[in-house]
Amino acid sequence: MNEIVHEKVLDCKGLSCPLPILKTKKQIDNMISGQVLKMEATDPGSVSDVNAWTKRTGNELVSRSENSDIYIFYIKKS
Amino acid sequence: MSEPKKMALIASKGTLDWAYPPFILASTAAAMEMDVAVFFTFYGLTLLKKDIKAKVAPATNPAMPMKMPIGPKGFQDFEWPIPNLLMGNVPGFETVATSLMKKTFKNKGVATIEELRDICLETDVKLIGCQMTMDVFGFKKDDFIDGVDIGGAATFLEFAAESDIQLFI
Repeated sequence: MNEIVHEKVLDCKGLSCPLPILKTKKQIDNMISGQVLKMEATDPGSVSDVNAWTKRTGNELVSRSENSDIYIFYIKKS
Repeated sequence: MSEPKKMALIASKGTLDWAYPPFILASTAAAMEMDVAVFFTFYGLTLLKKDIKAKVAPATNPAMPMKMPIGPKGFQDFEWPIPNLLMGNVPGFETVATSLMKKTFKNKGVATIEELRDICLETDVKLIGCQMTMDVFGFKKDDFIDGVDIGGAATFLEFAAESDIQLFI
């Protein structure tokens, strides 16, 4: 998986629901439209949760990948 | 952007396990850009106090798994077969079970109730304390954290009537 150009990185490794979503929201709020956030999590539930969250908030899940139990999300602020 | 979705919750219980669902759902709904109000009534009202003393209640809760927050993974994942009758009747067991549960939560990266509550306040979740319960239990507004509104059933219902999600917890 190629690295996608991103402006911010958020480490949510080791955190359980709902913290990855709450921290992602807080970070995205501090970014400007079009910027990309790279978020890393280890909570398997975050796969479904990030999907649901982007769907509801209109931010775009550009890509998702998995690398040795770490889930990597690239989210573009709408 | 269309009108935001709304969620109305009633938090009626004051044990640690029951304290989580309203704060998790409220903070997450706010993160999903919903308008949220939580009405705290009866034992749920204690969750608005400055110092939350919520404990787990092993008595009458035979489904509660007893976990040890220390040692190797296999040891931590083991469910200790402690009879409910014993858990409910040994003095101080509640305190021990509560600290074990809190430690396990921390190990698993779960936020504390206080953290989730702070996030709710930061994200404009409306926290409403039930006036009637306050009178019954002798709670004062000063006992609660800043930012709490006080109201009654009609206050909650007015918000709930306009809400897309309503849950009683």
